[in-house]
Amino acid sequence: MIRVELPYHLRTLAQVKGEVALDVPAPPTMRGVLDALEARFPMLRGTIRDHVTQQRRPFLRFFACAQDLSHEPQDAPLPDAIASGREPLVIIGAIAGG
Amino acid sequence: MSKVRVLVGTHKGAFILTSDGKRKNWQVGGPFFAGWEIYHMKGSPLNPDRIYASQTSGWFGQIMQRSDDGGKTWAIPGGETVPVPGPEAAPPSNKFVYDVSPPSGKPLTTHQWYDGTQHPWEFKRVWHIEPSPAHSDTVYAGVEDAALFKSTDGGQSWHELAGLRGHGTGPHWQPGAGGMCLHTVILDPSDPDRIYIAISAAGAFRTDDGGKTWKPINKGLFSKYIPDPTAEVGHCVHHVAMNPGRPGVLFMQKHWDVMRSDDAGDNWTKISGNLPTDFGFVIDVHAHQPETIYVVPIKSDSEHYPLEGRLRVYRSRTGGNEWEELANGLPEKDCYVNVLRDAMAVDALDECGIYFGTTGGQVYVSPDGGDNWAPIVHDLPAVLSVEVQTIP
Repeated sequence: MIRVELPYHLRTLAQVKGEVALDVPAPPTMRGVLDALEARFPMLRGTIRDHVTQQRRPFLRFFACAQDLSHEPQDAPLPDAIASGREPLVIIGAIAGG
Repeated sequence: MSKVRVLVGTHKGAFILTSDGKRKNWQVGGPFFAGWEIYHMKGSPLNPDRIYASQTSGWFGQIMQRSDDGGKTWAIPGGETVPVPGPEAAPPSNKFVYDVSPPSGKPLTTHQWYDGTQHPWEFKRVWHIEPSPAHSDTVYAGVEDAALFKSTDGGQSWHELAGLRGHGTGPHWQPGAGGMCLHTVILDPSDPDRIYIAISAAGAFRTDDGGKTWKPINKGLFSKYIPDPTAEVGHCVHHVAMNPGRPGVLFMQKHWDVMRSDDAGDNWTKISGNLPTDFGFVIDVHAHQPETIYVVPIKSDSEHYPLEGRLRVYRSRTGGNEWEELANGLPEKDCYVNVLRDAMAVDALDECGIYFGTTGGQVYVSPDGGDNWAPIVHDLPAVLSVEVQTIP
């Protein structure tokens, strides 16, 4: 199981508390995680990546195992600690605005 | 006894204010969608329990919400959780994509950017929702960058009426300070094929064939801040209003100038008359007296607050030119708020109620057509939009 930590507003939108656990085909990639997330929570489509281009929205970042994965290719394998569920994949909104 | 439900969109959530027909005692519901920008909410004329809301965020994009129980509970059409996803694709939701398909769409063209260069259309948010008076599952959405979308399945899937964005004048449209937004959608209740829209800063347009083709309706507008002040497009129209009982007569608050048209927008005449300033954003028409109109004069395009710190509504009972100041119950001094373009509404009770919201978080009501005003709430987040439903 892959653990995903969503930002507050997306947890509210998906009506979940805490982390989300997802089954993702091996080897898990960022694209695979987001596909699984959006399949289970269709209301999140378009909120993390663009509906058409599937690119990450500019004010969101992906972090895992103390690394910034935001600019990694979406098809790159995720770190072993994420794949094994030892560490969560964290989706975070940029700190900006009022 | 009839009651009213006031739908308030703010910078940080939605609120629903309810009262009986006396409109003196109010209950405040919300915040709904707390922390999100709610650009607009509007109920179906056919089914008042059906309300749509545009929930948006610079971080997370556009969400469309719908309530079918008068705002008690909300759901994203097509966005319901799938506990065990199967192989089939989930239905569409929240998806606003410009139509570039050969059969029905237009190529993704460019519009004028702030610096005069050309810039591609980029979807940002829904500014205005207009449910159909004829079909409860049909609803229109005016969006930024300017385009008109339509849903015929209650807001689950949206399709662009691409003839508008594809109008040949598109390269001359440009964003106003708030972005290049399509902020006004007026459906003619007597003719389902006739729709009026307005864009800042392109102007007003009309279709007479259900949205396939569009005609700019800006003749008579004069905008000294554009190279050709009488150009076919390029005018910064802030809002347009129409009494549904008298289709074809339109009232407009332009960047500067208050205007009217008696021929469905083909020609406009200035009706600013004795207004102390004719800059402003809102304009609306009395529910039962189609020659009675309301504006909130704002000092100037550089200073977006009332003259001399005194918040005033102005009413004309003559369809313009002759205006009277309405002050009873409104702040007399030190008031430096704005009233944004979709933040005024009228109810349909026998004694017509007028409502408006401010960027200072106040929502005011006049239960007697503007003679007397009182705040319903004082301290909401900045108000982006106000709509009212009259519930039998």
